[in-house]
Amino acid sequence: MNLTLSLFPLGWQHYLLGGLFIGAGVALLFVLTGLVGGMSTVFSSTWSFVVRRPFFQQARFTDSRGWRLVYAVGLVLGALVWWLGFAGGAAQTTSVPVWQLLVGGFLVGYGARLGNGCTSGHGICGLGSLQWPSLLAVLTFMATAFLTANLVARWLA
Amino acid sequence: MSAERMNLPRFAAVLLAGALFGFGLALSTMVRPEVVLGFLRFQDFGLMLVMGGAVAVTVLAYGLLPRLLGRPLLGERFHHHASAWNRDTAVGAALFGVGWGLCGVCPGPAIAGLGLGNWSLLWALGGIALGALVQGLRAR
Repeated sequence: MNLTLSLFPLGWQHYLLGGLFIGAGVALLFVLTGLVGGMSTVFSSTWSFVVRRPFFQQARFTDSRGWRLVYAVGLVLGALVWWLGFAGGAAQTTSVPVWQLLVGGFLVGYGARLGNGCTSGHGICGLGSLQWPSLLAVLTFMATAFLTANLVARWLA
Repeated sequence: MSAERMNLPRFAAVLLAGALFGFGLALSTMVRPEVVLGFLRFQDFGLMLVMGGAVAVTVLAYGLLPRLLGRPLLGERFHHHASAWNRDTAVGAALFGVGWGLCGVCPGPAIAGLGLGNWSLLWALGGIALGALVQGLRAR
């Protein structure tokens, strides 16, 4: 009991249940459409609507930009259902400073697209299809994320 | 990739799948940067359960469905994205981790956060969109 409490001070059930829902979303997308549903590609494929450069006009972006955008809208709707239906619709905020969100976000976007995947692309879909390059990618970003988060906590606290 | 035409059933399928994903991100509080940063600082290991639960379901789906069904119910074939380990993957993953450790927001939660009225996350969403743009402009 004490171990559970020290590992999961906020409880563990909502984490596991939430993870199962995420997996169910990826599985449902696969069984119905056959598509592999990582999240970060939408940030490149959506630029293909407005940026004419050859990189963004590759078929892998232009052919998938429609469903990826719909998938992203679904993400927002699902979160909205939870917020209004299960969380009382109370305003959510974050104490993370704006510069960290912006600079961190930039590196997340740049890195995920350079590395062809993020926590869902490599983490869920890549590991879910048992691919070792994705496992290496996950271990790499986990390592640099642990390091960064702890250094930031130490320096900026 | 999805040269298959978008029709109403496929549209609804993709939207529903995304909604399950977004509901899970919100329920598991992964949309809160503080929770993600708490995991990265070894204060709360919940993220392992989220990843574990999601990967377990996905392993079953990716492993079993192509064997049980010849083709997806609303599509022509089951897709497979081969991942490769090379310099770009290594550098990209490392940079992604630095950014993730700095802001506690990854692409899914940045999008899902819009559904929670957490407008601060728009900074992260804008940052990610900008990062993806610069990556594409720098690519050969």
